[in-house]
Amino acid sequence: MINININGKEHAVDVDPDMPLLWVLRDTLGMMGTKFGCGIAQCGACTVQLDGVAARACATPVSAVAGLKITTIEGLSTDGSHPVQKAWIAHQVPQCGYCQSGMMMAVDALLKSSPNPTDAEIDAAITNICRCGTYARVRQAIHTAAKT
Amino acid sequence: MNNLPNLDPNHTSGLDRRSFLVSSAAAGGGFMLGFHIPAGQAATATDAEVNAWIVINADDSVLIRVAHSEMGQGSMTALAMLVAEELDCDWSKVRTEFVDPRLNITRNKVYGGMATVGSRAVRTSHEYLRKAGASARQMLVSAAAQRWNVPAGECQAAASVITHAASNRKLGYGAVAQAAAKLSPPKDVALKDPSSWKIAGKSTMRLDIAEKVMGKPIYAIDVALPDMLHAAIAQSPVFGGKLKSYDEAAIKNRKGVHSVVPLANAVAVVGESYWHAQRALKAMPIAWDDGANGKVTSTEIAAFLTGGLNDSGDVPVARNDGDVKAALAGAAKVIEAEYRVPFLSHAAMEPMNCTVRFTEGGLEVWAPTQNAEAILSAAARASGIEPTKIVVHLTYSGGGFGRRGGAAPGDYVDQAVLIAKAVGRPVKMVWSREEDIQHDFYRPISSIKFAAGLDAEGNPVAWNTRVAGQSILSTANPAGIKNNMDAGFLICFTDNPYDVKNIKVDYAMRNTHVPVGYWRSVNHSQNGYFRECFFDEIARAAGQDPYEYRRKLLKNAPKQLAVLDAVAKKARWGEPLPPGHFHGIAQVDGYGSYVAAVAEISMNADGSPRVHRVTTAVDCGYVVNPDSVETQLQGAVVWALSAALYGEITIKNGRVEQGNFDNYRMLLMAQMPEVDVVQIPSGGFWGGIGEPGAPPVGPAVANAMLAATGIPVRSLPIIKRSTTSV
Ligand code: FES
Ligand code: FES
Repeated sequence: MINININGKEHAVDVDPDMPLLWVLRDTLGMMGTKFGCGIAQCGACTVQLDGVAARACATPVSAVAGLKITTIEGLSTDGSHPVQKAWIAHQVPQCGYCQSGMMMAVDALLKSSPNPTDAEIDAAITNICRCGTYARVRQAIHTAAKT
Repeated sequence: MNNLPNLDPNHTSGLDRRSFLVSSAAAGGGFMLGFHIPAGQAATATDAEVNAWIVINADDSVLIRVAHSEMGQGSMTALAMLVAEELDCDWSKVRTEFVDPRLNITRNKVYGGMATVGSRAVRTSHEYLRKAGASARQMLVSAAAQRWNVPAGECQAAASVITHAASNRKLGYGAVAQAAAKLSPPKDVALKDPSSWKIAGKSTMRLDIAEKVMGKPIYAIDVALPDMLHAAIAQSPVFGGKLKSYDEAAIKNRKGVHSVVPLANAVAVVGESYWHAQRALKAMPIAWDDGANGKVTSTEIAAFLTGGLNDSGDVPVARNDGDVKAALAGAAKVIEAEYRVPFLSHAAMEPMNCTVRFTEGGLEVWAPTQNAEAILSAAARASGIEPTKIVVHLTYSGGGFGRRGGAAPGDYVDQAVLIAKAVGRPVKMVWSREEDIQHDFYRPISSIKFAAGLDAEGNPVAWNTRVAGQSILSTANPAGIKNNMDAGFLICFTDNPYDVKNIKVDYAMRNTHVPVGYWRSVNHSQNGYFRECFFDEIARAAGQDPYEYRRKLLKNAPKQLAVLDAVAKKARWGEPLPPGHFHGIAQVDGYGSYVAAVAEISMNADGSPRVHRVTTAVDCGYVVNPDSVETQLQGAVVWALSAALYGEITIKNGRVEQGNFDNYRMLLMAQMPEVDVVQIPSGGFWGGIGEPGAPPVGPAVANAMLAATGIPVRSLPIIKRSTTSV
């Protein structure tokens, strides 16, 4: 059994210690907000926060997150009221939406460490792939979220 | 695990299963496309299906059915807006549901074609959708008029309320919907002039976005069923190869492994989680029979295409205006060039996946798709179960870009059906990103040999185009190839809008063993690049500004000219730029729309470009949701830049060399230019919007590089010209 804390709730999971957090979330716990896009830490679709810092869950073994506070997209808010979610709606950011859970988790982590990021900081911190090409609106929405 | 299917029923699962299955009376109906509900399929007691597209409940809420897929392009909202516009309903009360493809069978195709390809969702269905809305509005008004016993002509409808002004009476749509549903639809209805639209034509919040920011399980890959197993699959790395053998014993006793399922050209490992299945699959020794193509390389394919460029034999001609040979011979100056583009992969963010559950006598399928009907027929084909017993659960698709419709939409469905059948339990099969990139239907490889002749004043008098490349029909419909011709492959040349008297276009078809398909912006993607870049070479040889030269030669193409002028104005073409910055321009029409782009770049020390700004101008005729048009144009810039700067699929030993985003590179935030989108909708026609934004962007960048360096960019990707990153 491995004890993990997700969105403030304790879970005891009976899984291999080297099972990536992504698959524990999706296949063991049925939390589908965190997405699979590449499996090799390249795309960011699986981004979650560990103690508030962005991490790619596909490359994070579950054994490494015991004792840390894990936040997933479901933990931002359940009603869309988180400032990042509000900015995402205001700017109509998502197209297919598949990358956006990870994108928003990366952005929220950035705003925690840098509440009013410059474009250069955004470029350095947000390395998630959006195949639909929402980057222009992601940038606008980050600046909006930073103001709220 | 052991969750119930957790897809949101409001938006994803399509119709409830009520009575529609039982009736096949519709088959002989011959009903007008769009709104007649076949006899015997009347509304239920709880809600009123006013017609096939529209259900209005007693609480005034409006359910609008959408027959096309939503993969990010925004057409779900746009299509509902068109219905709502003519229905004159309260937009805040609208929700949507995807049409169950079985219903399209039992209702005799009342929903028209469901394939969501070719930027066609709005442009092919706007008329019957608007008629469905107008017809329903008329029925609601008639029902209210009957209740009041007044002439319908004295009643008015607006925002879901019918008013009889003379007697100051009002009724909500919900109050008369059931009565309206019993009336016969009007024979013909007049449609509003778009200038009077209140819902359509205005920027409108998309209906799918609220769910998409909350991580809701809204994609096929998110389905979780009781007792469900997970499958990972390895397909023959060489296209056309077969499974020879595999060593099941090597992994059978691993924890979390359930079974191994061989298929003709693939093998799947089934396990407790996707990770267990995928890890075991990677560890299992597999031998493949590569077939005839196990040695093919990109170099060989390139030489094969070069042979096509130089083929002096009998090559089919698609366009032959005037006498190109004579005009070239008499020209004051002749410009020649060869251009090339590679194969490209779609790489939609949601990997290919399919979940299958066999039920008593039937089957349920969840899969991301651009064509629900193709999923239905693939599932029927693979299972042998008749289509009316198969439920296709429709979900949002995490991208599509042509991969999930068109050439072979059913490959992943067939596999999941066979795997679920073999294991006797529900199965979710997910392709790894490597499988996705290595088993695509690629944007075809192509090459061009151009020759253009100028007269003494620098006017073009001849333009010869020889195309050598792989026809999409070679995969999608080989029987459709007649006389070695695929006219679609020559788009942008056969309809070259520039005013040149002598034009010849011919095609040396060169098909490889690599499967090809429809890739967002399809043949316009490579041909737009070829044509617009060579155009700049001609302008340069003529000593003329590429914008002004285009203007001169587009004098008979007013719509192309209008977007060209609009983009030049917005980008301030010809005005001074920051030191080291250069502009490039291009225009390509396609999918019924007109688009032009200007790119502003500077050159990095390593010879690669830094793209600072892309300005695009679009005329798609009528605009349904302007904000959505803007997002599609913004997205198309990213799509086109990823392809032009980095995109390349290469072949070695018959197989694809790239496998994931580490070697099939995508544009990121750090490379994202500023984007300006100018919309100049001229009305009078309905153009597509998902694809046409992409083709002019790559050539605008390449032309800016020509302006900066004097060296034309004659092959893609651009990154190959430099040694370090852009
Ligand atoms: S799935 Fe984890 S980074 Fe792509
Ligand atoms: S919104 Fe589709 S991949 Fe980002």
